[in-house]
Amino acid sequence: MSATPPGPPLWLLAELTYRCPLHCTFCYNPVEFASIEHELGTDDWLRVLREGRALGAVQCGFSGGEPMLRDDLEVLVAEARRLGYYTNLLTSGVGLNEKRIAALKDAGLDHIQLSFQDSSKELNDFLSSTRTFDLKQRVATLIKQHGYPMVLNVVIHRLNIDHIDRIIAMAVDLGAEYLELANSQYYSWAQLNREHLIPSREQLARAETVTNHWREKVGDAIRILYVVPDYYEQRPKKCMNGWGNVFLTVTPDGTALPCHTARMLPGMAFPNVRDMDLASIWNVSEGFNRFRGDAWMKEPCRSCPEKEQDLGGCRCQAWMLAGDAAAADPVCAKSPQHDVVERIVAQAQVPFDARPPAQPLVFRTAKASRELGTAVPPAA
Amino acid sequence: MSTTPEVHATPRLARHFRLQWEEVQQRHVLLYPEGMVTLNASAAEILKRCDGTRDVPAIVAELEEAFDRRPLDTDVRAFLDIARRQGWIAA
Ligand code: SF4
Ligand code: SF4
Repeated sequence: MSATPPGPPLWLLAELTYRCPLHCTFCYNPVEFASIEHELGTDDWLRVLREGRALGAVQCGFSGGEPMLRDDLEVLVAEARRLGYYTNLLTSGVGLNEKRIAALKDAGLDHIQLSFQDSSKELNDFLSSTRTFDLKQRVATLIKQHGYPMVLNVVIHRLNIDHIDRIIAMAVDLGAEYLELANSQYYSWAQLNREHLIPSREQLARAETVTNHWREKVGDAIRILYVVPDYYEQRPKKCMNGWGNVFLTVTPDGTALPCHTARMLPGMAFPNVRDMDLASIWNVSEGFNRFRGDAWMKEPCRSCPEKEQDLGGCRCQAWMLAGDAAAADPVCAKSPQHDVVERIVAQAQVPFDARPPAQPLVFRTAKASRELGTAVPPAA
Repeated sequence: MSTTPEVHATPRLARHFRLQWEEVQQRHVLLYPEGMVTLNASAAEILKRCDGTRDVPAIVAELEEAFDRRPLDTDVRAFLDIARRQGWIAA
């Protein structure tokens, strides 16, 4: 734990529900989502919003699952806006009809982030295991008609990365202000599907060239964010910009987390907003202090001159790939377990013809969730 | 330079940007989809006046009057140039 008290959380991420009509293969919800019950009610969420704002949170994200499945969304957005948050809705588009989009505008919603799985109907519908492509196109038009800024989010991976040219063209056509093309990160469902999802080096290089070409062509008309998988880096990402430093996530059942995947870490007790106020959760709870600062570090991080830059990387990745949540993130070339990442990357260079994936693609469904339960992360 | 403002430009915050005072941080911030810029006091004073009704000389005159410091023309224009390049203001 660092000696100085933590600054305010700038982001409150309200994961309103794990329910979702889609079944994305890279879904970042916990694999065991189907067994996590007792969603917070409206009053609890209203209290969380007030306490978060008093703590200094200023960006508020409503996500899920699919947040449109909550019929109190308009009430929550209105309160968030009244409190002075900049309000962001992260949606698959399902349920965002004309009536609700207008009601959300009245409630003061500032921005909508709409996700697509691909630029083609076939792959979008296959990857989400739903017929949602046409609907998403209609929703994008509605978002613009109602004067919202629009971020399109397309999770990139081996199966759609070669379509990046058409994906960007689609975002430009739909009039998005921002386009996020982040490679899927290998947690939760994406971790189960990792060998299907991790692109080859050649695919990444091509995608980057195409993206830069578009940036030159469209200039500031649309801002394109392109993120490669960290497995291809030599240093880890500064995960969540530091544990308990910027982000405060409240999950559907009220468990508060420094990051939406932190629930997987063993032996950690994360507080619940039903039992503790947000200020105590953020400032003094054990869960939020466990990996704050750098006092928890082991070698090679502890004596590393770069430790302030990445704070040792991601704790979940350390747990999944090195079997120790306090180890250096194995993405780091200085990690004793870096060879694990190198092997995964080496395998990703081999085409599927020459190495049929060992496991079939798993879709995020309640049935799969119950079958897989809290399966220990796959040994790498 | 292409970023040089029109002589009669009346700068205003870009669409979807919001300027507000943050009590906890004790400073103004500029908010936009999924992001935030923290502002120092003089940047905030300039941006507050970028409401699409005042032209640059009017903004400068107001600031000189309010803070009893002059000339501020060069500083204000330099900041507006940055703000325009960052996409915080239009016109
Ligand atoms: S990633 Fe797909 S399945 Fe998971 S919550 Fe988002 S839209 Fe639903
Ligand atoms: S050794 Fe640890 S602190 Fe140093 S660069 Fe690697 S992950 Fe970061």
